[in-house]
Amino acid sequence: MNIYADNAATTKISKAAAQAMTECMEEYPGNPSSLYSLGQRAKEKLEQSRAEIAALIGAEPREILFTSGGSEADNQALLSAAMIGKRKGKKHIISSAFEHHAILHTLKKLEKNGFEVTLLPVHENGIVRVDELEKAIREDTCLVTIMTANNEIGTIQPISEIGALCRERGVIFHTDAVQAVGHIPIDVRAQNIDMLSASAHKFRGPRGTGFLYFRKGIVLSNLIEGGAQERGKRAGTENLPGIVGMTTALRESIDGMDAANAHKAEIRDHLIEGLSQIPHSALNGDAEKRLSGNVNFSFEGIEGESLLILLDQRGISASSGSACTSGALDPSHVLLSIGRIHDVAHGSLRLSIGDDITTEQADHIIKSVKEVVEYLRSFSPVWRDLMTGKREFILK
Amino acid sequence: MALYSEKVMEHFMNPRNVGIIEDADGVGEVGNAKCGDIMKMYLKIDDEVITDVKFETFGCASAIASSSMATELIKGQKLEDAMKLTNKAVAEALDGLPDYKMHCSVLAEEAIQAAIEDYKSKSGKTE
Ligand SMILES: Cc1ncc(COP(=O)(O)O)c(C=O)c1O
Ligand SMILES: [Zn+2]
Repeated sequence: MNIYADNAATTKISKAAAQAMTECMEEYPGNPSSLYSLGQRAKEKLEQSRAEIAALIGAEPREILFTSGGSEADNQALLSAAMIGKRKGKKHIISSAFEHHAILHTLKKLEKNGFEVTLLPVHENGIVRVDELEKAIREDTCLVTIMTANNEIGTIQPISEIGALCRERGVIFHTDAVQAVGHIPIDVRAQNIDMLSASAHKFRGPRGTGFLYFRKGIVLSNLIEGGAQERGKRAGTENLPGIVGMTTALRESIDGMDAANAHKAEIRDHLIEGLSQIPHSALNGDAEKRLSGNVNFSFEGIEGESLLILLDQRGISASSGSACTSGALDPSHVLLSIGRIHDVAHGSLRLSIGDDITTEQADHIIKSVKEVVEYLRSFSPVWRDLMTGKREFILK
Repeated sequence: MALYSEKVMEHFMNPRNVGIIEDADGVGEVGNAKCGDIMKMYLKIDDEVITDVKFETFGCASAIASSSMATELIKGQKLEDAMKLTNKAVAEALDGLPDYKMHCSVLAEEAIQAAIEDYKSKSGKTE
């Protein structure tokens, strides 16, 4: 049985999106910047995609900038807001402790350039508190950037409340919605979002394609200089097939969203229930305010990489926040941010399911994880110490 | 390309000498401050020769495979030779480890040395 349970890493492209891309490559060979009709046809296709994407998130076409994905959108959003702030003498930025590295590393860069960054705690449930954000906002705060949904533990942040607060206080609000777009409803107007990052390969579109929504009136700074594409804000001949594929995938995801969420949530809860039977384990992140596709567990006394490899042998593709799976040798900053200590973060498992998951597959996952955890514990010195009382259990 | 060599996978899937020795002559436990892996070695020693060895490991495939290989390499060896086992030798015997995983094989080397030190201190043979 082959089960792909790593949809938070990337998703399998949808048939319709792949088909739209092939068609686009064959039928729209022109460069959108060329004035002859072949080019103008491509330009038209590009602008149709922009209008459609805009409509799907409640924005206007001119508020959409196409990028190479989520990382680029995050980088450009943060650097642009920082430049806007700097011009007004505002150099304070608020974010959260468990953002994606595309945000955290950009913030580090801004710190080196004289900005001050406050990272809000995300607490045991993995959710930012709006009252803490309110207290953190200062006269010189130029940007609040809080992700819509976390990529590791799937917790959903109170984006509408944050948007309303930032609007009231006159602070730009950006959200990294890479894990959320196509999965939960987004309306940038209703939610008072000023900037939003999205990435096509997280909603069954192609890799290397994404977009940044930026509210009218926000002046972007370039990351890439060159030609006048994207109204001068991002040079380079547009990735038209990618953009068309992304548009198709987003439309399809949003059309099927309610049904997919109902199904995935049911399987997710089945998985959570099954895995909770493993002694000394715990769900990471809030059980309810989380993406329908995300299950993240810690198992005491074992290490995540060996768990993943043994699951792979049983046909299951998943991921872990273990230090041994990261080249950097640090356990996941996300798990540490919700108060999991190193040992427990080391034994974590993330399952991110797609809408084609079946109950039989979920049962195979539960059975396999139980067996593998038991096996790894059978020769773990940490588990022995826990069982003989030499070490105290953290997960009761 | 696979993450690990076939040898590593083979030792990870079927680790040798897994378990504990109740009446071990030397026990060594070491942890990796960097990634958090922990390894424990149990030695049975007779006339300065390692007659039996068992291990327990909390760690990744690289750490488990290194433990397994290291126990095979030192079983039957004289203590002075076992003391000289390096992580490089363990990694080589496994047909190599990814660069960023080399530190996991250090644990095996250190656990063996710690177990031998333990034996020496218990039997009053430390200098
Ligand atoms: C929350 C979040 N932000 C940003 C990114 C980066 O997106 P991309 O891979 O499209 O650059 C990811 C993807 O891993 C993500 O999960
Ligand atoms: Zn390791």
